[in-house]
Amino acid sequence: MSGRVLVGVKRVIDYAVKIRVKADNTGVVTDGVKHSMNPFCEIAVEEAVKLKEKKLVKEVVAVSCGPQQSQETIRTALAMGADRGIHVEVSGKDYETLGPLQVSKIMAALAKKEDAQLIILGKQAIDDDCNQTGQMTAALLDWPQGTFASEVTLDGDKIKVVREIDGGLETIKINTPAVLTADLRLNTPRYATLPNIMKAKKKKIANVKPADLGVNLTSRLEVLKVEDPPQRQAGMKVETVEDLVGKLKEAGKV
Amino acid sequence: MMANPLRPEVVRLYKNLLYLGREYPKGSDYFRARLRAAFTKNKSVQDPEQIKAMIARGEYVAQELEALYYLRKYRAMKKRYYEE
Repeated sequence: MSGRVLVGVKRVIDYAVKIRVKADNTGVVTDGVKHSMNPFCEIAVEEAVKLKEKKLVKEVVAVSCGPQQSQETIRTALAMGADRGIHVEVSGKDYETLGPLQVSKIMAALAKKEDAQLIILGKQAIDDDCNQTGQMTAALLDWPQGTFASEVTLDGDKIKVVREIDGGLETIKINTPAVLTADLRLNTPRYATLPNIMKAKKKKIANVKPADLGVNLTSRLEVLKVEDPPQRQAGMKVETVEDLVGKLKEAGKV
Repeated sequence: MMANPLRPEVVRLYKNLLYLGREYPKGSDYFRARLRAAFTKNKSVQDPEQIKAMIARGEYVAQELEALYYLRKYRAMKKRYYEE
């Protein structure tokens, strides 16, 4: 048992930034825009580091797929306590079409290469909101999955996961190796402070190309258009119930 | 004037707070100006006990900033992804 955990971290536009759609409607403006680690990925990293601090796992490896700047995101994970990083270089057109299917193929290949016992991912990214990478990774590896995890307990070679589902909580027990995806209430991620960032500079980030892992990045999806959500129309005030019914009939709703 | 042995600690605190200030809601420039003012105001203090107390207060501010950033993010995520 290697006791190794892989944590996927994604570089996304910062949650507090006001998103602007590009003039040609092909995507959103990313140039010069503040980026940071996906909040759900922060929670994933925190969980992995906590497991290591409890001595339940031996090594935490942070993985990110993307261009050069993805290394900054890995550095943040290292500052939070990950031991080393793997930067899977994807840039240009490949990066534009990079999605859960490609990332899950990469994660699966790395899990085998690194002999990982556990993969922890954020439940979804705040830019594409796919909520698919964890599930696909588990399927590709034929591993059990504990998604939307709000509580994780290691119990020998099994994991007890409390999942956030519609209408409440579900508790399951799964075998290892396994894939977990982190939900909001799983933990409170620590801040990557300056001293920790400095210390993390000594930690190694390995460079890998998807081809080295035997992964084909071809996407089966094509983005046709990206546009702003429709402007919310101003509401109307009415005096009586008769007026309300009248207006509803006018609008063809009744 | 002899350099105070606590100087490295004070400098370290300043750098940490400056780093934290980058995400300050009212802007990093606003934060930096106030940070400089606060440190400059006390630059002539020599008593080690007083300096240590001020360093502790600075560390408290750092913790408060981390908590602020976390709460903002948590509330934003909760609002966007969870129906209340």
